[in-house]
Amino acid sequence: MDKYFYDITMPSLGADMTEGTLVEWLINIGDEVKKSDIVAVIETQKGAIDMEVHQEGTVSEILVQPVTKVPVGAVLARLKTNVEVVVEEADAGKDAASVKSESPAEYMENSKIGMAIPASAVSVVSSPVVRKIAQEQQLDLSNIKGSGPSGAILLRDIESALSVKSESVTPAEAMRAAIARAMEKSKKEIPHYYITLDINISHVQQWLQKENADKEPEQRMLLLAVLLKAVATTLIKYPQLNGYYLDGQYRPCKSINIGNAISLREGGLMVPAIHDVEQMSLTEIMDAIREISSRSRGGHLRSSELMDATITITSMGERGSDSVLGVIYPPQVAIIGFGKPRQMPQVRESDIVVCDVITTSLSADHRVSDGIVGAKFLNALSKKLQKPELL
Amino acid sequence: MSEDELKQLIIAAIQVVAPEIEESDIDPDEDLREECDIDSMDFLNFLAELKNNSGVNIPEADYSQVTTLTKMLKYMAERLS
Repeated sequence: MDKYFYDITMPSLGADMTEGTLVEWLINIGDEVKKSDIVAVIETQKGAIDMEVHQEGTVSEILVQPVTKVPVGAVLARLKTNVEVVVEEADAGKDAASVKSESPAEYMENSKIGMAIPASAVSVVSSPVVRKIAQEQQLDLSNIKGSGPSGAILLRDIESALSVKSESVTPAEAMRAAIARAMEKSKKEIPHYYITLDINISHVQQWLQKENADKEPEQRMLLLAVLLKAVATTLIKYPQLNGYYLDGQYRPCKSINIGNAISLREGGLMVPAIHDVEQMSLTEIMDAIREISSRSRGGHLRSSELMDATITITSMGERGSDSVLGVIYPPQVAIIGFGKPRQMPQVRESDIVVCDVITTSLSADHRVSDGIVGAKFLNALSKKLQKPELL
Repeated sequence: MSEDELKQLIIAAIQVVAPEIEESDIDPDEDLREECDIDSMDFLNFLAELKNNSGVNIPEADYSQVTTLTKMLKYMAERLS
């Protein structure tokens, strides 16, 4: 017998997200849903996202109709479930004592102090015509006082708002602002330290050349896949670099979910995560990279992919700068930067040899680890990259 | 296939990964990937598209022969003749 309720709320997909627009429901009342099912499409500063549910149950109520913009944490629908829900992922109004520890998603929300409105206070009641106009005119209904029954927003309420509406913000501007908030927060709160190492990747490049020689374009492996695998398997021994700093306390994470900074053609960037990279084969990692990069641009990322990276990688690719020193994405504690792979002379046993080199950097949170840990990590990573065939 | 048809085929494949690029945006003698702002993943997708539409599979070892639009046209024309 289903006796508990679970709220499906507008998720926070980053320290920078304060609101999102429900665009479409993919569920109806009475539908059974499983964990990780995609239940709705939401539009955020990061584009259109497939929203997943984190609990199994039966849809009992749909409280918000598309197309409506709501703050992070607003209850969108309810599930009936037969298990007691201990931690509700995106419930800003929850009693802190009953929650064992703040989740990264909750941190992201709570860090927008004053923006995280208790879920019960935010369901915006409005007529369909109002919602339609508001969407067309990009009007934020949550700021408008309704004069209808139980505060419902009627046409007359938005007429005045429309007449004073300032210039609308383009998606590119919204994404810029979102990046600005996250990076400003990071630099204000996280004492970064930075270290770099030139890693010889001659073996990796030769190995890739051999692997890719007779492959069709669709089957070719990129250097990035090898780097991701090497980072993930090295991180297992460096728990101080993989986790979250929350409530003044560090929590290492078991799974290694690597966020990949992907720049978008129209400007801005997305950082979707590949989950449990340490357990994947190189081919699986390559498939995952191909998939997330196409979905980052096509707009079908899943909400979990934007919420649970435990560390981030930023890679300049072949046309960028020699090195990159990243800014940590809170509440994570480290970011690894790969510069442009290039040929350089290196001295080996008094001889000068030409090597393929990639300058690798680590920016890490000094509250959690010291430079020596970072340096050991980079050296272990370098060692791993000397034997790509074992990855 | 005429040279112009071949060029249109290449441009169409570029547009699959870089929809906003027009032929006039590309200096035919400059690095094609820089001209079109194509990263290594986009480049693979572009080559896959090209292979599916023309039958020409450009192996990794030949990447240095297709760095510009002019070079790529020449490379493709040789293989399609």
